[in-house]
Amino acid sequence: MSEVLKAPLVVEFPFTRSLGPVQSAFLTGLRERVVLGVRASDGRILVPPVEYDPTTADELRDLVEVAPTGTVTTWAWNHAPRRGQPLTTPFAWVLVRLDGSDTALLHALDAPGPDAVHTGLRVRIRWAGERTGAITDIACFEPHDGEPARLTGSTGEFADPVGGIVAAARLDYTYSPGRAQTAYINSLADRRTVGERCPSCRKVYVPPRGACPTCGLPTTEQVEVGPRGTVTTFCIVNIKAKNLDIEVPYVYAHIALDGADLALHARIGGIPYDQVRMGLRVEPVWTDGARYPDHYRPTGEPDADYDAYKELL
Amino acid sequence: MSKEPVAVVGIGQTKHVAARRDVSIAGLVREAARRALDDAELTWADIDAVVIGKAPDFFEGVMMPELYLADALGAVGKPMLRVHTAGSVGGSTALVAAQLVAARVHGTVLTLAFEKQSESNAMWGLSLPIPFQQPLLAGAGGFFAPHVRAYMRRSGAPDTVGSLVAYKDRRNALKNPWAHLHEHDITLEKVQASPMLWDPIRYSETCPSSDGACAMVLTDRAGAARAPRPPAWLLGGAMRSEPTLFAGKDAVSPRAGRDCAADVYRQAGVTDPRRDIDAVEMYVPFSWYEPMWLENLGFADEGEGWKLTEAGVTELDGDLPVNMSGGVLSTNPIGASGMIRFAEAALQVRGLAGEHQVERARKVLGHAYGGGSQFFSMWLVGARPPES
Repeated sequence: MSEVLKAPLVVEFPFTRSLGPVQSAFLTGLRERVVLGVRASDGRILVPPVEYDPTTADELRDLVEVAPTGTVTTWAWNHAPRRGQPLTTPFAWVLVRLDGSDTALLHALDAPGPDAVHTGLRVRIRWAGERTGAITDIACFEPHDGEPARLTGSTGEFADPVGGIVAAARLDYTYSPGRAQTAYINSLADRRTVGERCPSCRKVYVPPRGACPTCGLPTTEQVEVGPRGTVTTFCIVNIKAKNLDIEVPYVYAHIALDGADLALHARIGGIPYDQVRMGLRVEPVWTDGARYPDHYRPTGEPDADYDAYKELL
Repeated sequence: MSKEPVAVVGIGQTKHVAARRDVSIAGLVREAARRALDDAELTWADIDAVVIGKAPDFFEGVMMPELYLADALGAVGKPMLRVHTAGSVGGSTALVAAQLVAARVHGTVLTLAFEKQSESNAMWGLSLPIPFQQPLLAGAGGFFAPHVRAYMRRSGAPDTVGSLVAYKDRRNALKNPWAHLHEHDITLEKVQASPMLWDPIRYSETCPSSDGACAMVLTDRAGAARAPRPPAWLLGGAMRSEPTLFAGKDAVSPRAGRDCAADVYRQAGVTDPRRDIDAVEMYVPFSWYEPMWLENLGFADEGEGWKLTEAGVTELDGDLPVNMSGGVLSTNPIGASGMIRFAEAALQVRGLAGEHQVERARKVLGHAYGGGSQFFSMWLVGARPPES
């Protein structure tokens, strides 16, 4: 058996976040080098602030300034910083209870090594040079040998408050289509379409999935289908999708290849888009170097009878 | 031991819009939850558990948002759980909450579903580039349009039926203050002149992209007796699923949908849905799904659903009104859309639907589906408690 295919799959998107009043004040404050907490129903000051009381569920809106200095309540050393983390050199993840706060904030501490970090260590904020109203406006924390810093007297009201942020997210996967689809993809290199037959219901799946979704049995018997097939149904796509390099309008069709028991999806060409019809007989058109047929085109045969493919709709 | 009867005593929604830039996700869900509690005249302390639903995490990019939303929903110290069933999730979430009451696990449960589509792009989330696959699909419309064409071929429906549904739902939305689209100058001609996006689906026959949330308070018989306003009673509820693609799948009228409806009718003692059910809130993201689901749900024989639409039966003043609220075609915060159907069904039997109230609505069906016609969830609610 040939080796199973693998490829990197990166999923990334710049999600936008609307902040609401409390997070807006908190992040705008950071831009102005002010740290704000919120007073909870029981009088405690929560930093970072939350919109709703964690005990009573009351709406919290009473913003209170706390100092940019504080005390490490616990920590963990990060030997190997990864992309997107606050520092590029090894650092400590710390929970810091800022002076005036009753809860701790998670951030990074710039320290020469784990021996320089301990619970109870006094620290202060190192502000980023360029601040936009984001948690990264705190570049990191650094050791601070001194008294609590003075407050600025902020009320939490700022000119030009930040209303939203962009939270770019990225996930890196190693994707494998599995044994059955690997065999299918490898046969496509020889311009052959090979599906798999369920040992129980005898249905031929193209592309194969390695198991029959109806019977729950593994499929192993390989069956070559096509190359010709019948358009069972279709739509004409008139809007261009992001990241999809196909000129519109184009016909997106369900095609039941001869010998297959369900339709696969492909583009129809070689015929004006408004002349494509259900029952049209088609065959693949290959281009050099492509994994899949570029599109399917009419064979010139008479259209298939509706009864011949209606069960495949 | 028989099940505990389940009552809907509180309903809340946000005003659905394209983008709620003034609130966080927490602020959005809070609004709907607060309104549901106010409707029931209850406080956070009266809630025993919270059941929340939303569409896939890629739609906002917040992994497990239920963890961060516990404070906003008063769930700290209580059981809280999340339900995932793609577009049908709002319905499934309500049913999971109802089961907790029916099984007497909890007396009063808050259930909520939401989507803040403005924080991401659902078309991106539905069309991730998978290695080794040929990129072809153009979002949900490109997926469903061939099935609509198959329905038209199978039923012989005239190609104007889709526009009739869109015109009706958009006019119904004008009577619903919470609906997203309020197209005051809508005409049938405008719908029919709108551009073809995924032929046979026109722009005006597609759902919008919305930010919104919907919440309900479900309670037991004792809770219903204390309720300040008439409750809606759960008469039957069911969920079914099937693969998106398999040999023998009927994409026009999926078996999972038919089986799900049959289960609900059996529980509720409904033998003729067309006669026994007064109105329907069904999940119609593309206009043609109204006639398709009318058949799938047993309101019309196969191939006959479009005749009900064409004859005006599904209009607000028709014999079987469908999507009195304006439906998904007028409001689509994806994760919440199913729950809005369930909640609007409940509002009707409570007599609290306002301008889009159907007279003498005694039994109303709420319907949701999701994935590639893969998940189905439905409930039938009534103005009177189930006979035990």
